[in-house]
Amino acid sequence: MDFLFDGLRQGFTLIFGGDPEVLGIALFSLKVALISTLVSCLVGVPLGFIVGTSRFWGRRAVITTLNTMLAFPTVVIGLWVWGILSRNGPLGELGFLYSLTAIVIAEVILAVPIAAALTAAAVQSVDPRVRRTALTLGAGPLRANLAVASQARYAIISAIVVAFGRVLAEVGAATIVGGNIRHQTRTLTTAVALATSRGEFGTAMAFGLILLALALTVNILLQVFQGKGDA
Amino acid sequence: MTKTGLNLKTFAVVALAILSAIVGPIPGFAQNDNKVVLATTTSVRDAGLLDVLLPMYSEATGDIVRVVAVGSGHAMELGRRGEADILILHDPSGEEQFLADGFGVDRTSLMHNEFVVVGPSSDPAGVRGASAVEAFSKIAQSGSRFLSRGDNSGTHAKELTIWNRLGGPSRDRSWYWESGQGMSASLQVAYEIRAYILSDIGTYLRHSTGSRLEIMVSGDPALNNPYHVMLVNPARFDGLNVEGARRLRAFLISADVREMISEYGVAEFGRPLFIPDVD
Repeated sequence: MDFLFDGLRQGFTLIFGGDPEVLGIALFSLKVALISTLVSCLVGVPLGFIVGTSRFWGRRAVITTLNTMLAFPTVVIGLWVWGILSRNGPLGELGFLYSLTAIVIAEVILAVPIAAALTAAAVQSVDPRVRRTALTLGAGPLRANLAVASQARYAIISAIVVAFGRVLAEVGAATIVGGNIRHQTRTLTTAVALATSRGEFGTAMAFGLILLALALTVNILLQVFQGKGDA
Repeated sequence: MTKTGLNLKTFAVVALAILSAIVGPIPGFAQNDNKVVLATTTSVRDAGLLDVLLPMYSEATGDIVRVVAVGSGHAMELGRRGEADILILHDPSGEEQFLADGFGVDRTSLMHNEFVVVGPSSDPAGVRGASAVEAFSKIAQSGSRFLSRGDNSGTHAKELTIWNRLGGPSRDRSWYWESGQGMSASLQVAYEIRAYILSDIGTYLRHSTGSRLEIMVSGDPALNNPYHVMLVNPARFDGLNVEGARRLRAFLISADVREMISEYGVAEFGRPLFIPDVD
């Protein structure tokens, strides 16, 4: 069990020692997670909103698909993206494989269903009278939708937080399409996997702690931001 | 959302099914009694050799072998923590340190094969047919891309011994890349980025995409790849399965098994993947 303690100690040394490589890995991870969350929410939240609020043919099939995709193994997503971006794949010419772009593509595919499914659930749980009342009071469809979104805003923010957490903690797809290449595409999670496979359990723990600290910081920031809207 | 409340009977059936899946035994999954923990380098597992040998061993002895296939560095770390009973390794200098530190006993030669330097068929550094050291030196001078495993595995250790003869691995990141992944995955990366890479011959032959890279250097004595088997020192840890580990070691170095090793892979690749050693 001493490696848990070692990990804590090493974690603090790595975080506060200012090792440029560790800093680079942490910043790279943060960048991947932020870009992926942003893109996937720009797509997923409106998608979830439409699915959650409008009635159209095949809507239940869409919801079932989204919910199923929540259980999609990340390595399989990684494998697909890899197949498309690899030299012999359809988009191999772009040279995206083993780059930030490749990781973001995989993470977005992973996170869009999360953002969409949770947003859909959030707006579905809003009392239908909100929309009706808004329409009765003379609001246009856009204003009515905004009223619904405002009722569901905390749940929608949770959807974004969950998507961010999932992307930040993801390792399977990031390894396959990112390649875990040192000084280029190594993320905190792939660094944990590598340190573990090198038998450096303390270092692995340390990277894990840095990841947790990052997640904590982002969530505290969100909490502060959210708190302003609170009564 | 009109239908609420499941039928109680349906609910009970589903709950029972889930519960039995949680607590029930899984067919084909081993129980824990009499298990021997074998920490081995990934190349031995990836070559498929253990899939042939271990079922025979389990049938003969009743022991269940739990294989933890990791890099040699990780395998020795498991040994240093008493988490494994027996080790198969291919990092001679690391193994000697491991023995000197008192964590291992009864180290025996098991088998060997060789490492090869492989690379893109265009051979930008012109290393085809060179010795390993010459090849590495040419790769460095021409700045051709080289992919290091970078993962403390036996293959990584071998690669570093060659770089160290040239004054250490390069810090020039424009051509010296590290994948930090296993052999098969690294061969794949090397193919994609058109890099040279050091590989054990077994994984190279078995890895179909890796084989699209071509062998540039082979047959150099500097690229010998010896595998040893050793026990984790029973004096260091309580609770090791010493009996099981001794039985497994005796099995692995028995004449019958040596015979099988020398024939393994011949049908598929026209050459054995490993050559058994006799101490």
